[in-house]
Amino acid sequence: MSTIHVDIVSAEREIFSGEAEAVFAPAVLGEVGIMPGHAAMLTQLRPGEVRIQLKGGEQQAFYVSGGMLEVQPKMLTVLSDTALRAHDLDEAAVLKAKQDAEEAIKDRSGKVDFAKAQAELAELAAQLQTIQRLRRRGGG
Amino acid sequence: MAVGKEIRVKIASVQNTQKITRAMEMVATSKMRKAQDRMKATRPYAEKMRKVISHVAHAHSEYRHPFFTAREVKRVGIIVVSTDRGLCGGLNSNLFRLMVQHMKRWQAANVEFDVCTIGRKGLQFFQRVGGNVLGQVSRVGDQPHLDDLIGTVKIMLDAYIDGRIDQLFIASNDFVNSMTQKAELEQLLPLKPSEDSTIAHHWDYIYEPESKEVVDQLLARYIESLVYQRVIENIACEQAARMVAMKSASDNAGKLIKELQLIYNKARQAAITQELAEIVGGAAAV
Repeated sequence: MSTIHVDIVSAEREIFSGEAEAVFAPAVLGEVGIMPGHAAMLTQLRPGEVRIQLKGGEQQAFYVSGGMLEVQPKMLTVLSDTALRAHDLDEAAVLKAKQDAEEAIKDRSGKVDFAKAQAELAELAAQLQTIQRLRRRGGG
Repeated sequence: MAVGKEIRVKIASVQNTQKITRAMEMVATSKMRKAQDRMKATRPYAEKMRKVISHVAHAHSEYRHPFFTAREVKRVGIIVVSTDRGLCGGLNSNLFRLMVQHMKRWQAANVEFDVCTIGRKGLQFFQRVGGNVLGQVSRVGDQPHLDDLIGTVKIMLDAYIDGRIDQLFIASNDFVNSMTQKAELEQLLPLKPSEDSTIAHHWDYIYEPESKEVVDQLLARYIESLVYQRVIENIACEQAARMVAMKSASDNAGKLIKELQLIYNKARQAAITQELAEIVGGAAAV
């Protein structure tokens, strides 16, 4: 029986890589079963179990909290999310990041004070140079 | 003996400092290794993602995503990745210097810019110098998770889709090796078309549910993963820079102790000589 190459990855690590006889995944419109030679497909996944049927019929299961499934005739990639994702949750994250910024920066003039920025950086550079000079002198 | 008490105290204090810097050096070394491992672990996802996206770009989809189309640049967005903590040499200031250069260039070209910061030092920098900070996240720790960054990245992606910014950049440090880190500004959006032209024939995916929805989600994930990678890499840079800085601090403390010890010995010797001279002088007088 022919096989299909399967990769399951998340942004933080690689979860599975190997050959399989069939893969079952929880697509948003219902569970899909993929066999070797399947037409190219791109779909979203719901949170659920991805089951891989290895050579010889043994099955391995991985939990994914959503993500994407890409199918090519000879390979299949599951791009797994690392956390529960939903529109509302994403919006909440946006709101939080915005609020944090607003709290941190009270004076929102929006203009960058270049003179100040450069003076500050020049000072830091001078400090570093001094340290290096001191080191050289000490080492010599 | 009462001689050189101040010097002894000073030596002890420098020794204490040296102990701290040495410990920090060792901690940074081990954290750097872990961060490098994490850097490697994030690569497969981004690579797979890139492959899928180049397929999508070549597949003759009826839907063309705004991330692929370049626009006239009036306003740009920058995601600045910096460290949370200091004591890491010139890492952050090199990055900010690069930023200021680019910001001046944009200003000269009448291009405005919005900023999102990741990491406390970047936020503090913009607090001091001003600038339009749309969003920020800090204290992500040594092992950040993608969920920590979603909000900050989405602010910029939304801004791009709504046409409030026409280009998106990310400024962060590139981990060349443990001695060298390079500040870099990289363009995230619009996506550059890939050169991979091996798939020329006419085909398209079966999309479930809709091509628009699927591609939207895919591209957002892609940008997030790129930012995540940069954040992880920046942490490796931070630890490497801290390791080097703390090593030189320990070395300097060692030198200082040597010098102080020499001064102390000289003072002690002088005191003994003087005492002897006094005894001899006293005996001669009797």
